[in-house]
Amino acid sequence: MKNNGNNSIKTVVATGIGAAIVFVLMKFVAIPTGIPNTQLNIAEGFLALLGAIYGPVAAGLAIFIGHTLNDFVTYGSPWWTWVITDGLVGFAFGLAKNKLDIQSGVLSKGKLVWFNVYQIIVNFIAWVLLAPSGDIIIYHEPAKKVFIQGITTWIINSLSVAVIGTILLVLYAKTRTKRGSLKKER
Amino acid sequence: MNSQFLIGYNDKDTFLHRLSGSTKLIGFIAFSIIGMVTYDTRFLIGILVFSLVLFKISQINIKEVSLILKLIIVFAALNLLMVYVFAPGYGMTIYGTQHMIWRNPENYFNLSWEELFYIFNLFLKYTFAVPLALIFLITTNPSEFAASLNKIGIPYKTSYAVEIALRYIPNVQRDYRTISLAQQARGYEISKKAKFWPRVIGNAQIVLPLIFTSLDRIEVISQAMELRRFGRDKKRTWYMEKNFKKSDYLSLIVIFIIVLVGVMLFGVNGGRFWNPFK
Repeated sequence: MKNNGNNSIKTVVATGIGAAIVFVLMKFVAIPTGIPNTQLNIAEGFLALLGAIYGPVAAGLAIFIGHTLNDFVTYGSPWWTWVITDGLVGFAFGLAKNKLDIQSGVLSKGKLVWFNVYQIIVNFIAWVLLAPSGDIIIYHEPAKKVFIQGITTWIINSLSVAVIGTILLVLYAKTRTKRGSLKKER
Repeated sequence: MNSQFLIGYNDKDTFLHRLSGSTKLIGFIAFSIIGMVTYDTRFLIGILVFSLVLFKISQINIKEVSLILKLIIVFAALNLLMVYVFAPGYGMTIYGTQHMIWRNPENYFNLSWEELFYIFNLFLKYTFAVPLALIFLITTNPSEFAASLNKIGIPYKTSYAVEIALRYIPNVQRDYRTISLAQQARGYEISKKAKFWPRVIGNAQIVLPLIFTSLDRIEVISQAMELRRFGRDKKRTWYMEKNFKKSDYLSLIVIFIIVLVGVMLFGVNGGRFWNPFK
């Protein structure tokens, strides 16, 4: 984290509060899919918003901390490969901050479509390529089992971001003052 | 959705409570990494027994953690079942021998001693760190935790973010419950009785206000911290920091020796697996 005044403090606080929200959402607002250890997480949709407002470092660290804490109290110990992958996903969502430019209050359909294509690709790389490979190399689990879990997670996480993430982004943009909404009187 | 879901710091005076948070953190990370990599059954059983002994020393009330233990066992069992269903012959591929219990390797569903042994190893890997994690959570004061993170080399701003997360989880949870009750009073059904879509919509009606109030909270807290000049200096001291004592150094040596044994076993076994079938 760079030391540039107010922004760096905001990043620290956004990371902490973001992690607390991720934890609560993962714990209480998750809908099981039927495949063990995979569930529809509203937290992933929230992550899109957090990344769009506070950037890659806050989003990446927030999901890393929140997911670790949740694993601690759900499974007894963190499942590191998935925790790290989730952190990278958060970081990638945060990289979309400048392109989305949500603070301007204008969020065109084009930007939303672009973001959704981007998030589906990010989720694909993370959950179908990275996480299962990590499980096979580090934990030596059967390939078929981890790929089924990975593909399920890819679909439901993309869905969560596409529905909940998009709604959150649109609602948040509406609360911002539109750029150029004030005109100088002549 | 009650307080039993959450376990927290419990102030007692045992050896483990007196140990510095940094030592416990290093121990937990070291054990969980070596246990993650190794497939040596003897070593895994060794760590499991060791962590159970520590659990006994820490005087944690078993009732306090019984619900979470049950959930962990259910999750582990489901996962193991899935490992078996998707690859019933995986154990034989790893150990390279075939000692059949039920049917032939030609059938998709078959059972061999190798597969049972592999699943037993996985079970140990899923469970050995659980007592350690519980000890860590219950014997470490959350306020000391950030100091420990900073001490092992994590930047203090990141440590502080973790501290804020731990501090605000109860608040966010309380907000969640309040909003949930208010929305249920307005007629949104979110229990298991509701169908899938009404339930999703009901949940969304809670999540939206929760997220937007929390965003306001981020603003308030960062302004308060800015007023107190947070982040001005490169370093930070911690009120709750514990200095290393003799027992900490001894514990670190014990941790180091155990990890070293685990690493040496890779050489003895010629890889990550210990193979009793040869």
